[in-house]
Amino acid sequence: MASLVGSRVERKEDKRFLTGKGRYTADINLANQTYAIFVRSPHARASIKKINIDKALKSSGVVSILTGKEIADDKIGGLIAGWAIRSEDGTEMKCPGNPPLAKDNVNFVGDPVAVVIAESLAEAKEAAEKVEVDYKVLKAVTSTADAMDGDTIHEGIDKNLCFDWLLGDRQKVKEAFDKADKVISIDIINNRLIPNAMEPRACVADYNAASEEITLYTTSQNPHLSRLIMSAFGNVAPEHKLRVVAPDVGGGFGSKINVYNEDIVCSWAAKKINRAIKWVAERSESFLTDIHGRDHVTHAELAVTKDGKFLGFKNETIANLGAYARVFGTVTPTYLFGPCATGVYEIPAAYTNVKAVYTNTAPVDAYRGAGRPEATYTIERLVEKASMELGIDKTELRIKNFPTAFPFKQTLVHTVDSGDYVAGMEKAKQMADYKGFEARRRESEAKGKLRGIGVTSYFEACGIAPSAAVMSLGCGVGLWESAEVRFNPTGQVTVYTGSHSHGQSHQTTFAQIAADELGVPIENIDIVHGDTDKGTFGMGTYGSRSLAVGGIAIVNACKKIVEKGKRVTAKMLEANPEDVEFKDGEFIVSKSNKKKTIGEVAFACYLPGVRDEMKSPLPEGDEPGLKETSFYDPSNFSFPAGTHIAEVEIDPETGHVKLEKYTACDDFGRIINPMVVEGQVHGGLAQGIGQALYENAEYDETGQLMTGSYMDYTMPRADNFPEFNIGYTCTHATTNPLGVKGCGEAGAIAAPPTVMNAVIDALGGQEVTMPATAEKVWKACKNLKKSNSKAA
Amino acid sequence: MKDFNYHSAKDSKEASKLASSSSAFLAGGMTTIPSMKLGLATYKDLIDIKNIKKLSGIKVSGKSVTIGAATKHVEVSNSKDVKKAIPSLSSLAEGIGDPQVRNRGTIGGSIANNDPSADYPSACIALNATIHTNERKIEAAKFFKGMFETALKKGELIEAIEFQIPEKSSYQKHPNPASRYAIVGVYVAKHKGDVNVAVTGAKSCVYNDKEMSKALSGNFSSSSIDGMDLDSSEMNSDMHASADFRANLVVTQAKKAVDAC
Repeated sequence: MASLVGSRVERKEDKRFLTGKGRYTADINLANQTYAIFVRSPHARASIKKINIDKALKSSGVVSILTGKEIADDKIGGLIAGWAIRSEDGTEMKCPGNPPLAKDNVNFVGDPVAVVIAESLAEAKEAAEKVEVDYKVLKAVTSTADAMDGDTIHEGIDKNLCFDWLLGDRQKVKEAFDKADKVISIDIINNRLIPNAMEPRACVADYNAASEEITLYTTSQNPHLSRLIMSAFGNVAPEHKLRVVAPDVGGGFGSKINVYNEDIVCSWAAKKINRAIKWVAERSESFLTDIHGRDHVTHAELAVTKDGKFLGFKNETIANLGAYARVFGTVTPTYLFGPCATGVYEIPAAYTNVKAVYTNTAPVDAYRGAGRPEATYTIERLVEKASMELGIDKTELRIKNFPTAFPFKQTLVHTVDSGDYVAGMEKAKQMADYKGFEARRRESEAKGKLRGIGVTSYFEACGIAPSAAVMSLGCGVGLWESAEVRFNPTGQVTVYTGSHSHGQSHQTTFAQIAADELGVPIENIDIVHGDTDKGTFGMGTYGSRSLAVGGIAIVNACKKIVEKGKRVTAKMLEANPEDVEFKDGEFIVSKSNKKKTIGEVAFACYLPGVRDEMKSPLPEGDEPGLKETSFYDPSNFSFPAGTHIAEVEIDPETGHVKLEKYTACDDFGRIINPMVVEGQVHGGLAQGIGQALYENAEYDETGQLMTGSYMDYTMPRADNFPEFNIGYTCTHATTNPLGVKGCGEAGAIAAPPTVMNAVIDALGGQEVTMPATAEKVWKACKNLKKSNSKAA
Repeated sequence: MKDFNYHSAKDSKEASKLASSSSAFLAGGMTTIPSMKLGLATYKDLIDIKNIKKLSGIKVSGKSVTIGAATKHVEVSNSKDVKKAIPSLSSLAEGIGDPQVRNRGTIGGSIANNDPSADYPSACIALNATIHTNERKIEAAKFFKGMFETALKKGELIEAIEFQIPEKSSYQKHPNPASRYAIVGVYVAKHKGDVNVAVTGAKSCVYNDKEMSKALSGNFSSSSIDGMDLDSSEMNSDMHASADFRANLVVTQAKKAVDAC
């Protein structure tokens, strides 16, 4: 039987998605349901003096109106940060309370203060307009760079500082810088982004008064984790009385990891009014209240010798957390950022210092890449600048500092098991026709255009993550994954996974893996996820962990099935279990022609006694049935890597940047389904290029979101991109049995510095902040013209 | 969205009769409906004019192209007659919004709304259009009064727009990357005798740039306007483009348009 792993198996999920048969949260309608509308703060920072709901209560169709007072009275807990970070001085991070409905203070535009529940959506909206909230408006803090000088947002949190964290050794770095021939320094801004999943957030909460069980259908990347948080911290219901279902989910990118205010409020309120409640975000609410991503201000320095060896690296960053610290809000700018900031290089001494600040803006949390795009942007912009200042070819300078032996003990935290960075660079250069660039540059010049080329070599730590490692770094949970493989008596297989697919094609790729492991046709394998009542438990999908962690749990559960199958076969065929081999779905007794198919074995497991003259085929100690569970805790992160090369052409008269060529050569380890991986790479690149050239979340000084719709927030479109030139080098991971690494975030990690390096190359080294909009680039072109004419 | 009455008028007369101070004509609804959904506009009555047959369709004569007010952008962009007579008008229609907008939005709606960054008003100015209403004929130069303001009176309905066929013409726009409305759009049309340089997006209302028109009427070459330093004091400035950048774009787009003629 041919292996399915590695082939372009068509997606099982496409039939329902492409024919409009997906079942998303907003598609779920329950009998007698009500509709919720949230009353949100129009101010970035204010204290709530009074809320008057009298008029609203009289509005037609209103069932209930609840505020922060009721939720506090019922002792419902607030939203939490899932990762404890300690400051350099040893103090614990400082987190404010974040009640699901604000009671005393609001801290960003969109912070919910009340929920209006009515018989219809229109009635709920109308009544919500009649809720009168008397605010005392306070001066907002919105700037990342200046947040520490602003008014104190949260009582007791001095300088709006959550933590001041250090990773690395300042003294060693100082010594390295003292020895340097040259220090390259850079000031950069990693612009704030809004994730913009295609499906806005939604939830439907239901309460069964007889079983006292709450069921919450919600747009989540991790239903079990959500249940745990809502139960343990939200006090919504004990875990066995709370079922969380995340059905088809239309994109997450990290924005659907968090338990949100609406999840808690609707679950709590459904029990209170003893009716189902439905809430679906409008796109404007998504802009305002989904977690945002990035938002760093960084000063970084690289100490080098004159021939280009890197000696030391400093990274001083201010990271904006927004109004509150959320689930991965504190780890994203620390352990997901700092360790990767030294990039793919051997740098003997390094440190990263991060000051995480609160501002009156939407909470910032993990967004595709989470910390690693910010890290890669820092080091790769710096390395590119070093190549310009040292006059060493940008690819040669990188190669000079690549590690060549693996495992590679990276400067700050990670031990990278495998990779071949030089091979990746060489292949990328060939794919991009790096040598031919100068000729293309001259062609552009002849047309009056400026052409630039940019390179990025990256590695990232994903497949998060070993429980022992992350829990020692402050994570509140272990990041293992579970899988359960169940055979039906008639031989089909259901695989329950704790991973969650919201666009990642698990239904196909996981089935490919199980089909290979079990020798069962892929048509006979179903992948089930997204319901706490079905699978055992799961930590969900983020940090490119589904395959490298969840997929391995499936492999391990399948291996347990095979082991049991061997014992059963041995009993059935009167052989020694050690003599039974398993191949392509058949258990074969070696050196004989005796064999059983896995289907026959499954049947025998469920119907012991009907075969072999009514004698049970089950060995002593084995129970009936064929079902195995595995909880897999990885031994290490996984470390995808690669080199990307971009070429841009700039019209100096208008500042328009055209991305002419984009080459991505990635090492994702073993690839399960090349078609799915291409999709992941394309999507990641679109988001990464979006950050570099188009997307930007902008607040004004009063904390109003200026880019709150698609009229002003530039979501890239297909015509913004060239045909992507994609290739791979595949060095298998040595830390898991499939040799896989993870591909979901690479594009978003590598693309921003790649494109910006190209833009800045075209502009003769002038810094431009992301996104490189036409006006910024036009101004830089004018400066370039001035300095060129001076030089002439 | 607040409740409203929906009417489907069978002819201009009925549409006009139904109009009041709290009504709006509804064609494609590409601006009206979102405004109502966002609570920015409320109407007691919406008078749908899409079903008035007389208002749709394209007629080309030797001198002019006449387009019914309820004609959709996609019909203009796909029309072989328009492509032949005024190719730049067809490509302008092809560049409006996105396919969804082009499949519903209408030329009359665009002009009546007079959004300062809409594309069609520049075509009207550049192509010396005449706006035919149910009451009168209005020259384009007198039609666009200011931001979202036109010469239309309450209850007056645009029936058709008649464009003069130029010798040469081109429309070039620098779109807002998010909305794809024009940050600056310049429509250059060379008629017998004079040249119009209609600019949209740059100021509060579409206008004919007299200086560039004059320079190009003298010498129809992009070199005659190259490096022209335009006064940006009346130009729009927002987070997408400063007034200075817009002033620069007016010249560069005009040059592009001349070169494309």
